[in-house]
Amino acid sequence: MKYVDEYRDGKLAANVAQEIRRIQTKPWVIMEVCGGQTHSIVKHGIDYLLPEGIELVHGPGCPVCVTPLEMIDKAHAIARRPDVIFCSFGDMLRVPGSDGDLFTIKSQGGDVRIVYSPLDCLKIARANPDKQVVFFAIGFETTAPANAMLVYSAKQQGAKNVSVLVSHVLVPPAIAAILGSPQNRVQAFLGPGHVCAVMGYSEYEPLSRQFHVPIVITGFEPLDLLQGILIAVQQLESGRAEVENQYSRVLDRGGNKSAQELVFSVFQIGDRKWRGVGMIPASGYHLRPEFAEHDGELRFEVAQIDTRESEICISGEILKGNKKPHDCPAFGKQCDPQHPLGATMVSAEGACAAYYTYGRHLKPEPDELKLTSISSAGAA
Amino acid sequence: MTQSATGRPTEQKDDSQGSTGDEASLIFGSCALPIFEHKQIVLGHGSGGRLTADLIEKVFLPAFANPVLNKLDDQAVVEINGARLAFTTDSFVVTPIFFPGGDIGRLAVNGTVNDLAMSGARPLYLAAAFILEEGLLSDELQRVVESMRDAAQQAGVALVTGDTKVVNRGKGDKVFITTTGVGVIDGNVEISANRARPGDKILLSGYVGDHGMAIMSQRENLEFDGAIESDCAPLNELVNAMLDVTKHSDDCPVHVLRDPTRGGVATTLNEIAARSSVGMVLDETAIQVRETVQGACELLGLDPLYVANEGKLIAVVNPSVADAVLSRMREHRLGKHASMIGEVVADRPGMVRMKTAVGGTRILDVMFGEQLPRIC
Repeated sequence: MKYVDEYRDGKLAANVAQEIRRIQTKPWVIMEVCGGQTHSIVKHGIDYLLPEGIELVHGPGCPVCVTPLEMIDKAHAIARRPDVIFCSFGDMLRVPGSDGDLFTIKSQGGDVRIVYSPLDCLKIARANPDKQVVFFAIGFETTAPANAMLVYSAKQQGAKNVSVLVSHVLVPPAIAAILGSPQNRVQAFLGPGHVCAVMGYSEYEPLSRQFHVPIVITGFEPLDLLQGILIAVQQLESGRAEVENQYSRVLDRGGNKSAQELVFSVFQIGDRKWRGVGMIPASGYHLRPEFAEHDGELRFEVAQIDTRESEICISGEILKGNKKPHDCPAFGKQCDPQHPLGATMVSAEGACAAYYTYGRHLKPEPDELKLTSISSAGAA
Repeated sequence: MTQSATGRPTEQKDDSQGSTGDEASLIFGSCALPIFEHKQIVLGHGSGGRLTADLIEKVFLPAFANPVLNKLDDQAVVEINGARLAFTTDSFVVTPIFFPGGDIGRLAVNGTVNDLAMSGARPLYLAAAFILEEGLLSDELQRVVESMRDAAQQAGVALVTGDTKVVNRGKGDKVFITTTGVGVIDGNVEISANRARPGDKILLSGYVGDHGMAIMSQRENLEFDGAIESDCAPLNELVNAMLDVTKHSDDCPVHVLRDPTRGGVATTLNEIAARSSVGMVLDETAIQVRETVQGACELLGLDPLYVANEGKLIAVVNPSVADAVLSRMREHRLGKHASMIGEVVADRPGMVRMKTAVGGTRILDVMFGEQLPRIC
């Protein structure tokens, strides 16, 4: 498939991996920020192609994972209401709150729908004028334009029965929080390609300078990731710390200006709590006051919700790159995607769930696979 | 896409393998019933993944356990007066009832024909039960019935008995169909999910993921360049051709046949690996996915290896006949794109590993519940 197969070429991958091996002289810890990158690394086994001294740690960039439990409980309380059609991206449905997940609520009669585009909510609202349509607007900067477009259009069209429950978070403040932590181990970052397709990467430059850390804006296919790692190792080995753009086929320094304008016409920056990490100042989006009539949190009175997180779960340490899923005593035992104890297991792109989905709870390091006998009879 | 939960195989993982599935054991005859922890049924219980397995292990098996059922193949094989009969049933609920490449009627006939064929049986007779929703257009029912007639004719089976019920509007979804079928197993044919042996080759009859993505693109109104059509087809003729290659061999060298429906190729291979206590090693580059299906999966964040097929089969065969069986498959119109996708190994019993296209390694686990489209 065009634009996919080229970036999954085994020979090219081996070449890039070889080049990484050739130039690497010291051990380095590199964090991929985005959950989509974690997923791709584990799915394609990219970490197994790297020399031993290169350690990949998995960052906080899974928006479903870092959505606070209180917010999920709030969403569930709204979704249970008989007058509500609750719309969400698919992977939010299995995230458990204090009492079940959205699938459970659906099985109990709640009207919960998966949408692929937030704008679908407008169609649903028009078809159901006697219902309140609520969209769970979560995500990083990547989903912000589409979510902003829903709010903007709802106001324009006077769609009074549309509201959003906003839990938007931002990447640069999270990187700053990780780098500012005294336990920090991360020496370079693979920056989030999709986020930067919207926002550009100029806002990463001060971070790179302040903490003297290489940040390589990277795509999601195997070769993107390997090349991103190679660029990061080149910088680390030569003592440089810059923002470099591996994903230049998609984005440039300025990003998508019209998307940014839309986002800032609807949202403003404010503090946000991150599941597993805690409060990070100025790390998320909130609706601007002029869109208050579409704010689901204001529209539905939801009583104060008390939540308790598991005491064994180490997801906070995993999100900061200090630990890996296998360091957790509960990983694959008390904690699996069916019974997640914390942030990194709740969504497919969380590090623990990705490790679990790709069978790494069964064995940490797969042995050498011998496939020579079937290679000749392979594809027709 | 969702079919009946019963009659579908599941697996029991051995604790010593380090499995992390639910540890509730399946000790037939003991009085402690396994605990089914869901208070209510959720959609994932019909997904063919781990939740379905959970339902079967903890609710159905303890109630009905017997030596035939306990084999957990797609069909029961019973012996009556020296003749071996294959016997199976399957319910079909699909939205929309008409989709590119098929409809619920065709699916209902082919699904049961294929479950019979996967035991190596010659499918002979079908029964069909219809649950119709008040308000269903007679024309639509007529189209479904005609499609069933054509499918039965194509598969060489006769629909010999049936039943009809009508439920109130809103209590059904247009039409639900349950088909039950019987067939006869001839001669030396001995096929079961527990017969995979180290050294065996794994064959796959063609492109994966067509059916599931055809349904999903219709259901979600996703428009892709080049429509994706369901692969819905009767596989009994292809199976006949494959068994014809090995009919003079002793000990039936075609060891396992399975059609990777719900849960897709990955889940089916896991079931075979668990039932036979063997490991499997796959080559990702040998597993073929149509460009349109791959594109739709990339867009939605789904993995084609876990998407349903309705006209594909997986065969696990003795290496001595693998090339001959594969070339016979490729001569058949339903096996034109067949390939050898991997082999059975002795180590890591119950585990399916795959060498990825970029040269990494991936472990294919059982799907948990329904695959969900990802956020970004």
